[in-house]
Amino acid sequence: MDYAFDFALVVETFPILMRGFLVTLELWLPSLAIGLAAGLVLALARLSRSRLLRGGSLVYIELFRDTPVLIQLIWFYYAFPILIGVQLSPFTAALLGLALNTSAYGAEIFRGGIQSIARGQWEGAKALGMRHADMLRRIILPQVFKLMLPAFTNRAVEVAKMSSLASVLSVHELMYQGRLLSSTYYRPFEILTTVAVVYFVLIYPATFLSMTLERRMAGKG
Amino acid sequence: MQDPIMPVSILPASQVPAPPILQVSGLHKWFGTLHVLQGIDFSVAAGERVAIIGGSGSGKSTFLRCLNFMEMPTSGRIALDGTPLGRASAGKPDEVRYPESELCRVRERVGMVFQQFNLFPHMTVLENAMEGLVTVKRMKKAEARERALRELDKVGLGNKTDVYPGRLSGGQQQRVAIARALAMEPEILLFDEPTSSLDPELVGEVLRVIRQLAEEGRTMLLVTHELGFAYHFATKVIFLADGVFHEVGTPDEVLKHPRQERTRAFLERFTEFSF
Amino acid sequence: MSYQWDFSPVLTRWPLLLDGLLNTVKIAAIAIVFGVLVGLVLALLRLSPRRSLRLPAAVFVEFYRNTPPIVHFFWFFYALPVVLNISLDPLVAAVLALSTQSGAFYAEVFRGGIRSIERGQWEGAKALGMTHTQLMRRIVVPQAATRMVAPFVERSFELIKTTALASTLAYGELLYQAMMVNSETFRPLEVYSTVALLYLVLLVSCSALARVAEARLTAYR
Repeated sequence: MDYAFDFALVVETFPILMRGFLVTLELWLPSLAIGLAAGLVLALARLSRSRLLRGGSLVYIELFRDTPVLIQLIWFYYAFPILIGVQLSPFTAALLGLALNTSAYGAEIFRGGIQSIARGQWEGAKALGMRHADMLRRIILPQVFKLMLPAFTNRAVEVAKMSSLASVLSVHELMYQGRLLSSTYYRPFEILTTVAVVYFVLIYPATFLSMTLERRMAGKG
Repeated sequence: MQDPIMPVSILPASQVPAPPILQVSGLHKWFGTLHVLQGIDFSVAAGERVAIIGGSGSGKSTFLRCLNFMEMPTSGRIALDGTPLGRASAGKPDEVRYPESELCRVRERVGMVFQQFNLFPHMTVLENAMEGLVTVKRMKKAEARERALRELDKVGLGNKTDVYPGRLSGGQQQRVAIARALAMEPEILLFDEPTSSLDPELVGEVLRVIRQLAEEGRTMLLVTHELGFAYHFATKVIFLADGVFHEVGTPDEVLKHPRQERTRAFLERFTEFSF
Repeated sequence: MSYQWDFSPVLTRWPLLLDGLLNTVKIAAIAIVFGVLVGLVLALLRLSPRRSLRLPAAVFVEFYRNTPPIVHFFWFFYALPVVLNISLDPLVAAVLALSTQSGAFYAEVFRGGIRSIERGQWEGAKALGMTHTQLMRRIVVPQAATRMVAPFVERSFELIKTTALASTLAYGELLYQAMMVNSETFRPLEVYSTVALLYLVLLVSCSALARVAEARLTAYR
């Protein structure tokens, strides 16, 4: 293999990639936060006594889990203006799409967590005369948050990877800049490899954190 | 009611000293910085029944597990029929390498029964007992089946052959495990606390089987907390503490008239509620 | 909401979408087969007692798990051919991306299954005098296989959804065909809803099949 890797180009274009990297961060963190918060609400709906809420949330969750994210993003990109009547920027559409997807997966994490809390905890709280909402807020959810921390971190990893799909909607994030640069300079090997490395540097710490948390919890038994 | 397995003091011990089958010299085992076995010399001859007792963490299970290489000795040599196992590397007598074929040969001849049974859950009782015969001894299925059935009959489970182990009680599972080991016709049987994970009411059925094997004159090593059983079962008792043999002798010597203060203290703690 | 849904222009172009569906199934099937092969090799390397084999496999797996799939697609389609001075067909590039990436995940499924087998099982087999090969074949792998089914199916679902990214390389799978239909009909909501539904049907029927398979394999419990 006598391919000459053009390092100078990587150095030259790096600031542009970093601009994309910032947009990736702006997509990733808010969509994760909004998605997980909405996921909690959905999980409560999944576990509620009302059949309507249970059925509705189930359909919502399965729709998101059983279709490709890319289609979801494209669908919302077209659907938001038509359904809501507001013209959204590609960035906002992507952010909302990612957040909605995350809410479906987040709901399953919360549901699993809430169901895994031993019945004794509910009974203990009930025995103190707590109301249902108080039990959830004071006793159950704090345990769920802790227990599900590895799963949430895992989700953060997935959302970071998914955010790269926003490039298809021409959101100027990292992958988009990478595609643009590699066709401008016709040096796809240098640029795309650099993009991959930047993603790795962004995502690996979260994976590592998730593994460490998992191991520590397994250790506690 | 008194368990019928207890009053046995007339089990035949070997009269003529037989040559040792298994011989251990200078055995050391380290787990990281923990020195679990601190230089053990030991041999077992045909017909001997050795009970190994000691507190938790004394190294008694580790010692037993070194004999069939479930644990690799850190240093020291183990010999089978007088031939040392493994090859010492040149210049470093402590570094012994063991080829897999040699380990397999030892394990074929030295059977083991575990505290947790370790039955194969995806195989029926009969398949469990046949597995070593078919896979290791390459015996014909029909022949293996016949021998497995014989051993299952002996442990009283001839009627459970097509059941999966998950459906059996702990005592039944342990008896299948014994049949599985017996089917291999081992020269020595190692028992690693075979009743420690059983409910109290199931201990008897397993000890009864072990006693029956003793009556057949089999060579056995037993790590146990059942001191009463050890007394009637063994031809030799070893008290292990801090990784060394603290006291070795006949059951009478070690369990009834211990010479060492440490042994006495250990026995007192155990018999506190027995009498 | 005054939007007038009209599916007829989309539905009259059903042969295009059917083509896409078949191509999606085709690329998924090929990628699963190659992904399993890659995964088996990686898992064996990662389980090897030799560090010089374990380490490169671990780096490979971690790299793929911590970078977005779309980067892999673009890298194989645009970057690799430049270095090797060849040209790759979109299907080949997409299969390479999908199977290496899913191989990294499958490897973890296989390795996790093997390592989940309790130490007592290994010891029980060893104590009978089995060699490593015998105990793997007779005791460990048969038990591990049943535990691998669920994560394997989950991973394969991810792979099927990820095939949608092949559209970015202009390979004619379902999403790409949908884009074609959209450019003719200008009915994005109807087109992408239809396609999302097709994915849903595909995945739900796969999951029914997977459940049957799992029930067969775990019959002994």
